[in-house]
Amino acid sequence: MLERRKLVKDLLIDRRDLMVVCGLGSATYDVAAAGDHPLNLYLWGAMGGAAMIGLGLALAKPDRRVAVLTGDGEALMGLGALATIGVKQPGNLVIVVLDNGHYGETGMQASHTHGTTDLVAIAKGCGFPEAFALTDQAGVPRVRELMHTGKGPILVNARISHEETPRVLPVRDGHAIKQRFMQAANARVSA
Amino acid sequence: MDDQTNIRWPDVIYDHFKRVGIRQVGYVPDAGHSRLIKRICDDPEIADVVLTTEEEGVGLVAGAHLGGQRAALLMQSSGVGNCINMFTLVRNMGFPCLVLVTMRGEFAEFNQWQVPMGAITEPVLKLAGFLTYRVEEPGEVDEVVAAACDMAFDGDLAVAVVLSQRLIGRKRWTK
Repeated sequence: MLERRKLVKDLLIDRRDLMVVCGLGSATYDVAAAGDHPLNLYLWGAMGGAAMIGLGLALAKPDRRVAVLTGDGEALMGLGALATIGVKQPGNLVIVVLDNGHYGETGMQASHTHGTTDLVAIAKGCGFPEAFALTDQAGVPRVRELMHTGKGPILVNARISHEETPRVLPVRDGHAIKQRFMQAANARVSA
Repeated sequence: MDDQTNIRWPDVIYDHFKRVGIRQVGYVPDAGHSRLIKRICDDPEIADVVLTTEEEGVGLVAGAHLGGQRAALLMQSSGVGNCINMFTLVRNMGFPCLVLVTMRGEFAEFNQWQVPMGAITEPVLKLAGFLTYRVEEPGEVDEVVAAACDMAFDGDLAVAVVLSQRLIGRKRWTK
């Protein structure tokens, strides 16, 4: 079991011009806690939409890398997106599901991944060329490397513990988040 | 209206997509949009993204815009209902969202299961923050779709073109 804050911080070390879409709730807080960045697209709603935002972005920016960091509940609400992404095969898209098997935002009720649902098997079944579970710290550097160079679409099911973490709240104004993201995404040549 | 105009209205929409530089189109397979979908799938300049549910398309459009590309969504009236919470993205981030909706559940509908959603499609779009423009005749498609494209992409607005069942029903599009 991994600790979510350390995991996300480690994954985003030396992130260069990686674009990061954060699923609402804890994933957004984790990414904010790792350090605010203009290429963080913080979501505060639209549950189930993070992976598809990642797909639209990955198709629009084929020469750039896109990572979607989201929770198991958010991923479960948009499971069909994995089928859609599987059809399009975006080589530059990596989805990391921070999977604690619980809905942290609503009182730690068990999610489907705590029970019978296997997100790795689903991603493989949707045609992701690579999908695997990340269970220990030793595997973290490889995932970080895949985020920057791996042939997508890749799904990493990161098994994290379900202790509650303090909330780290980034900016919530969607227009401001969009504007800042677009300026950085479309101006940068390399970082 | 001559027969060519009756048949070719999806091509008129396609031409406007090309004129304004649309590069991604999300759709759920739909008989009313079948000709337009085929044109898009045949175009290597446009990423055709087949969706499992229409709400995925709202995320797609958001991502495309963030990455500097224009996108559009094709859906049937029932699909509007599937999108409601995901339209949150449009209002909160303020990006252009062009949706072309083929109507079911109205003029000459044979399946009453389409009626409840068809009857509230336009109000739902308006409540979600869309400007809506309805098309009844093939001859109106050009002007209305032109206006919708320009308003969406010049004004960063959410615009829906509602293609009436009467328009689509001019042809026999079901067997």
